[in-house]
Amino acid sequence: MKLTKLLASTAVGAAIALGSVAAQAADLTIVSWGGAYTKSQVEAYHKPYIAKTGTNVRSEDYNGGIAEIKAQVEAGNVTWDIVDVELSDAVRACDEGLLETIDHSTLPAGADGTPATEDFLEGTLYDCAVANIVWSTIFAYDGSKIADGPKTMGDFFDLAKFPGKRGLRKGAKVNLEFALIADGVAAADVYDVLSTPEGVDRAFAKLATIKSEVVWWEAGAQPPQMLADGEVTMTTAYNGRIFNAVAGEGKPFEIVWDGQIWDLDLWVIPKGANNKDTAFDFLKFSTATEQLAAQASYISYGPARKSSSPLVGKYHNKDIDMGPQMPTNPTNLANAVQSNFEFWADNADQLNERFNAWLAK
Amino acid sequence: MTDATISNADAPLLAADGTPLKEKLALTTRRMKMRAFLLTVPLVLFLILSFVLPIGQMLYRSFHNPAGSNVMPNFAKAIKGWDAEQGTPGDDIIKIFVTDMAAARKNREVGKTIGNLATRVNYEIPGSRSLFTKTARRAGKITEGPYFDALVKIDKRWDNPNLWRTLQRVTEDYTLSFYLAATDRKYDETGSIVLADELYRIYLPILWKTIWMSALITALCFIIAYPVSYLLSTLPLRTSNLLMILVLLPFWTSLLVRTSAWIAMLQKSGIINNVLVYLQIIADESRIQMIYNITGTVIAMVHILLPFMILPLYSVMKTIPPSFMRAARSMGASNTYAFTKVYFPQTIPGIAAGTLLVFILAIGYYITPALVGGSDGLLISNLIADHIKKTLNWSLGAALGTILLVVVMVFYWIYNKLVGVDNLKFG
Amino acid sequence: MTFTEKCKTRGFYTLIGAALLFLVYTQSFVGMVGFLIIFGIPYFAMHDLPLYATTKDKIGKYIFLAVCTMIFIFLITPILIIIPLSFNAEPYFTFTEGMMSLDPEAYSTRWYEDIWRFGMTAPDGTENWWGDMWNNATWIRAMRNSFFLAIVSTILATGFGTLAALGLSRPEMPFRSAITSLLISPMIVPLVITATGMFFFYGGTMQGIIPGYEKGLANTYLGLTLAHATLGVPFVIITVTATLSGFDRSLIRASEGLGANGWTTFTKVIMPLITPGMISGALFAFITSLDEVVAVIFLANVDQRTIPRQMFSGLREQISPTILAVATILVLMSILLLTTVELLRRRSERLRGLSPG
Repeated sequence: MKLTKLLASTAVGAAIALGSVAAQAADLTIVSWGGAYTKSQVEAYHKPYIAKTGTNVRSEDYNGGIAEIKAQVEAGNVTWDIVDVELSDAVRACDEGLLETIDHSTLPAGADGTPATEDFLEGTLYDCAVANIVWSTIFAYDGSKIADGPKTMGDFFDLAKFPGKRGLRKGAKVNLEFALIADGVAAADVYDVLSTPEGVDRAFAKLATIKSEVVWWEAGAQPPQMLADGEVTMTTAYNGRIFNAVAGEGKPFEIVWDGQIWDLDLWVIPKGANNKDTAFDFLKFSTATEQLAAQASYISYGPARKSSSPLVGKYHNKDIDMGPQMPTNPTNLANAVQSNFEFWADNADQLNERFNAWLAK
Repeated sequence: MTDATISNADAPLLAADGTPLKEKLALTTRRMKMRAFLLTVPLVLFLILSFVLPIGQMLYRSFHNPAGSNVMPNFAKAIKGWDAEQGTPGDDIIKIFVTDMAAARKNREVGKTIGNLATRVNYEIPGSRSLFTKTARRAGKITEGPYFDALVKIDKRWDNPNLWRTLQRVTEDYTLSFYLAATDRKYDETGSIVLADELYRIYLPILWKTIWMSALITALCFIIAYPVSYLLSTLPLRTSNLLMILVLLPFWTSLLVRTSAWIAMLQKSGIINNVLVYLQIIADESRIQMIYNITGTVIAMVHILLPFMILPLYSVMKTIPPSFMRAARSMGASNTYAFTKVYFPQTIPGIAAGTLLVFILAIGYYITPALVGGSDGLLISNLIADHIKKTLNWSLGAALGTILLVVVMVFYWIYNKLVGVDNLKFG
Repeated sequence: MTFTEKCKTRGFYTLIGAALLFLVYTQSFVGMVGFLIIFGIPYFAMHDLPLYATTKDKIGKYIFLAVCTMIFIFLITPILIIIPLSFNAEPYFTFTEGMMSLDPEAYSTRWYEDIWRFGMTAPDGTENWWGDMWNNATWIRAMRNSFFLAIVSTILATGFGTLAALGLSRPEMPFRSAITSLLISPMIVPLVITATGMFFFYGGTMQGIIPGYEKGLANTYLGLTLAHATLGVPFVIITVTATLSGFDRSLIRASEGLGANGWTTFTKVIMPLITPGMISGALFAFITSLDEVVAVIFLANVDQRTIPRQMFSGLREQISPTILAVATILVLMSILLLTTVELLRRRSERLRGLSPG
């Protein structure tokens, strides 16, 4: 009869569907920011680790934030084993008990035998997080389109001198610092000024001068694309993404280091991760001197260990010295700000609210 | 039997088994009602589990936030009776506070760490987060009184009765704070409710914007749908069925597909700009920005919601005999007069159904504004999603969600009164 | 008038003349084709005007038809336009010059290949190529997730929904209005709110709610299936009750009068009549689940990404024509589903004697 046939075929369909999602479980799920950055980690960390241990590694992309970690930990179903996060997120997640604590003494010593706690740069080891790289938000432009390009953060905000659209990350963080630097605040004083209501007003006022020309981006992959498409004449971006567009795809982009804001990326392990032990093992492996130095040959982010710096050489398949491309290179640090995680942990909620209100007007 | 009926005319009619017929009928009706009802029970139970309870939980979260009492259970009890008008609390209360802080600092249990409290207080007093994490780090070292002085030594801000007033409020499990925040209000220093600084007001303006944009989208849908529905209802069945496919195909096509299509159509290097440049209507340099703003959101949403307007209008118009209009014309009415006095009034039920449905669907839209809204086409749903997925202020997200839910439910109720849910149809 | 007769009238020559003038003025062939579509279709659609119609009436009708033509173009163009766009050889969301001049070099199927290549560890490798594609290709994984969720949630929604619709359509149903409102509400309540509620509820422990299950349902296929089944329920209820509304209840009494028991009546009389409605409802539930992205954003982890979720992040982050290739496949599928539903609806109307056929 027709009805039985219908039911039977439905059952078969359901069985096929059920079978189709029974995917193989990975032994280790590593979550990072995608694009060129994840690629550099795959080359420098994942591949050697797989070769060494034979672990079945799965690499996933995300867009930052701790919402996913929080949701997984609270649901008691943690499928992310190790996650690459920004410092302010790492600190907040740690404060809220969402992360495994990490015993720094178990981290491998430097190549020269220096204990890890001394080998890591100052301020790169936290209760629940170990930094792997130093990255930076800079601004960049297309050198083939602007001959005598911008030199300072002030130029980025100067629509008269350099007309055209600007790309900025959607959100208060980084933009307010940039605005103050462009307005003449010394890099060292940025957070002191920003801690006062007048300073916040000043930053927003400066941002307002270019608001009509701004194209807002959200994912790190967007700015190089926006520059390439000619959608913007200059844009803020993560320095590694711009470097990779230049070195990897031969794009004529130029980076302006003036007023750069550097920050850390850190490994964290969500509390109760399904493969916690493997995650710890991978954490120790990937933050060893050699791996951190290896990563620097795939992307222009500075290693968090002192002992890695001398090992940093050239880009993996081109004759480009990586040293001068690093945010931590002394000439690049001339007018640089270290992102202040404590300031943002305190003020992000309020400033983002004001930013959104400002944006909606 | 006949005797009984005759001799006792007042006695109730009896069914075959001897029970009074009335009772028997009532029993059967009750049984049939029960049977009909039982058929719906599995689904009702399913929806309660998968839909009603979750939404109930959201409502509950919007005014229930136990972060304070979870992290500092003893202090929460101790501060309850304290009167804020008499300056900072006594040292006995502060001692409990310090011990609770020290204990919380060691606690790694999710939801009970000092970070949870710091986050909660930071919503009330922006910038106070580090005060709590810093104090907690040192609280373990305070071993003897006066505890108050020890706290002030860590940070001067502790010497402020208003901070303690906020703590008293925050350690209560039930709070209205998030509803205040959701309506751009807050508690000021002294604990009275004030409007937030103008620069920080966002939720009410966006809510109004959502409502007027939904109204605009509904109006546009109506203007576009009316002639098309009229055409469809007057054409011969075969032709109208064919044209109906043009209406139904968008309805059956994925929302994401249609949104990507509109990006391809409207972007600066998109098809519409290309055509305009090609026809020399605009110059290549002055391409129009039609997407990533309100315009793009409205165009894409009108396209997406149009079928929800056409279908109810069509089904009402189909029932209006064309002879009515002809009769009006033959009696001397002008075209306009016949339309406004004879035809239009009869389509009002369809208009009510279509506009209400489109408005209800538009007001909660999330995906399209998120993709093509840019920075000024954002709607209230996008803010809710942001608070849930990004800033993690879940209680505020829940409060905003509750407000939106109430607005939608009011219109759903009106819809139910005017149109009736059983009149919803697709195709 | 027939088509050929229409082509011999003065109006037709005027139309052609105007189109040629347009061509001369804009020097654009495509423009002229557009002109002919917008003004030609209403011209040919003009017929059966009453004899007493004045010139004013005729002009009014013509404008009305032109407006309707433009609205239909508005409805359908965006959907059709993505089909040629998906064959773009360049990584852009727009027609290139080569495409406009129909240069075969400007067209390619590379974005379709991308559907199974993107995400593979070794797209050009030979060893275990199929396994690699099946397990690692991003879009293939998304498709598997989408179809799994759609099929399972459709079965749930249709099963529960049909049963409830049978109850709701009985004349003696108590609290009909209230219960219908409840069952329809997943369609009315904004998705963000439903998803937020589920995010909280499924995020918590299920202890005491689902026996023997202590974890949360967030990031599980079970949670997503429940969510999608919930969202599909209203569509099943609406379509099945619509089918039942024209149902002649005397057929049941006739069947019972002829000695059939309840089960026989159900399978031999009720089922055949409601099956078309049930299948339509199921297809609605299926497409709802296949298209749903908000609940997936809130409840799924990366492993459980579905096609629309993948498109969502693609559109937000890195626009690639692969999205258009996937979209084209989805459009073809919608056409297939729509045709099925239309055929079923007509069949059901015929069965119930409502339509001339």
